[in-house]
Amino acid sequence: MTIRTEPVGPPDLRAKRGVPVELRSLRRSFGDVHALDDMDLSIAPGELVVLLGPSGCGKTTALRVLAGLEDADSGQILVDGRDVSGVPTSRRDMGMVFQAYSLFPHMTARENVAFGLRLRGKGSAERRRIAGEYLELVGLSAQADRFAHQMSGGQQQRVALARALAIRPQVLLLDEPLSALDAKVRVQLRDEIRRIQLEVGITTLFVTHDQEEALAVADRVGVMWQGRIEQIASPQEMYSRPASAFVAEFIGLSTPLPGTSSGAAATVLGSRMPLLPGSPESGPVTVLIRPEAIRLAPADPADDPAVAATVLATSFLGAHGRAQARLADGTVLTAQMSSAEVSALAVGERVTVRLEPVPSLAIPPRAGTGSAGGTQAGPAATGRAGS
Amino acid sequence: MTAVTQPPPAPRPAGPTLTVRPQQLRRRRRRKQSVMRWVVIAVVMAFFVIPLLSMLYFSVRFPLSGKWTGQAWSDIIHLGSLAANDPANYGQLWDGLRNSGILVLLTVLIMVVLLVPTMTWIRLRVRWLSRVMEFICLLPLTIPAIVLVVGLGPVYRIVSNMLSTNAIWLCFVYVVLVLPFAYRALDAGLGAIDVVTLSEAARSLGASWVTVMWRVVLPNIRSAVVSACFISIALVLGEFTIAELLARNNLQTGIFLVSQSDGQLAVTMSLVALLVAFVLLLVLSLFSGGRRSREGA
Repeated sequence: MTIRTEPVGPPDLRAKRGVPVELRSLRRSFGDVHALDDMDLSIAPGELVVLLGPSGCGKTTALRVLAGLEDADSGQILVDGRDVSGVPTSRRDMGMVFQAYSLFPHMTARENVAFGLRLRGKGSAERRRIAGEYLELVGLSAQADRFAHQMSGGQQQRVALARALAIRPQVLLLDEPLSALDAKVRVQLRDEIRRIQLEVGITTLFVTHDQEEALAVADRVGVMWQGRIEQIASPQEMYSRPASAFVAEFIGLSTPLPGTSSGAAATVLGSRMPLLPGSPESGPVTVLIRPEAIRLAPADPADDPAVAATVLATSFLGAHGRAQARLADGTVLTAQMSSAEVSALAVGERVTVRLEPVPSLAIPPRAGTGSAGGTQAGPAATGRAGS
Repeated sequence: MTAVTQPPPAPRPAGPTLTVRPQQLRRRRRRKQSVMRWVVIAVVMAFFVIPLLSMLYFSVRFPLSGKWTGQAWSDIIHLGSLAANDPANYGQLWDGLRNSGILVLLTVLIMVVLLVPTMTWIRLRVRWLSRVMEFICLLPLTIPAIVLVVGLGPVYRIVSNMLSTNAIWLCFVYVVLVLPFAYRALDAGLGAIDVVTLSEAARSLGASWVTVMWRVVLPNIRSAVVSACFISIALVLGEFTIAELLARNNLQTGIFLVSQSDGQLAVTMSLVALLVAFVLLLVLSLFSGGRRSREGA
């Protein structure tokens, strides 16, 4: 989908600029569970930050604390330099889109969008005009007089977005707004959200468990784990330079392979792999190899038997494809190649594994790595983490 | 060895008999079901309608002379002036009617004000209390009215001293009596919407808690509130035991008293009360249909 960049949004919101948001040392516990554990986060004006992480990592709690729907046990929330920690939700000036459909069922789309405006004392004609503009922004002018039950899930979430933006909030909060939608609508609306966010320049915090979604829309992605942000970086940096084993395993696929580190590189399956900062500088290591760094070529009898593998499965994913292969020691690895290369492979075929010198993260040797039944790394092995 | 070849089986005639027979069976079964349906409806209707028709018949015909008359209906229309002219016979009925009218309003008002915000709050903030709330609300269902009165006697002596002996204070005990029914209706209504998300959405848009209740929760549980109100109205209009045992006068005690001197008027009044409740039900169900159902899907 092409993202439009010409400003078509309502003039009042176009004129508005984003504000900085800062979460400082936030703590929030539910019984013995520390949902937020000294969490810090800074969002620049107009930036879209996505919090990503597995279920129970605290990402939704962070968003709800920012919205005022949960109270933090300690810490500060600064919006445009003002501490809003004690300010009730209704006065925080934040628009929010929820995971569950949250349109008021007894109101039409227009009335839903106008709801917040009415609370701000706008007159009937002005409410109608502004609601119409925001419905146009989300492409639903024709559905203005429909009730929630007369709209699809995607349309309902668009109206919810228009409703959240219509009050001209300082910050936009998106709590897994796409997770209830089917795949195609999810991708469309994801791009739509990014387009609108860029148009209006509003500071946005987006929470999701879908890493593809996160990488697609974010200015920066923050991967959360056990109530803290493990790493926050641009999508490209997050993927190519993970700061920890958890991030490397959570974002994208990676295959843990045994190797020996010396200096800034490690020897894995006979190839020299450059290592990312933070990797052990010497001794045996486990190197987390991205699928694009692995090539499978027809077997050559002259090759080292250690790099010989058997193709287990292939899958077609459009422009590229993936193949799973098992090494002689039982380790299963995943390679990502062009569709043509993948379709040239046959299940059961003997192949040779070669590694491209892509900078990778190494971690101290992990029990089981390289042994029979070696696993694909982390929760990202499925391509999408749990909710 | 001789090979035995059997002729292929003759094709079964695809004549009309094979297709028509199931159709006939289906038609017969459908007719039978239709008849059964009407029989059931007729029996149920007879169960409800025959007593009402009997009451109507009794209200328009003198039992002894057999003459047709509309006197009782005319008396109902002019009950106020009748009570003023003959307070000994009709004053109690008039007072009872008035008291029940006020009791209906007070009971419904207190029930809605007490129950709707409480139940909403429990769903929003203290879900673990919902079982306790349910238990408390259903408790009056398990206690017979006569037992309630034994406990309520001393309470109402205090109420009489603090407020007055006026029958309208029966509204407190009536609120307790309607709790089980109102709770069930409201619980179903609140369960049908995502109260938490809707209220959080409204709060994030700048709504106060009062606005959340008034503009978001109440409109979406309107039919449940209306059902709770109707049940409460029906219960209050039909309550006799507690009013009688606490020596208060309401519509039912008034009807009972007047029945000893004018049976025809008593029956007519009962019929009117039933019709009022029925009309009320119709009006409320039309009202509770709301905008969404009129708009259609």
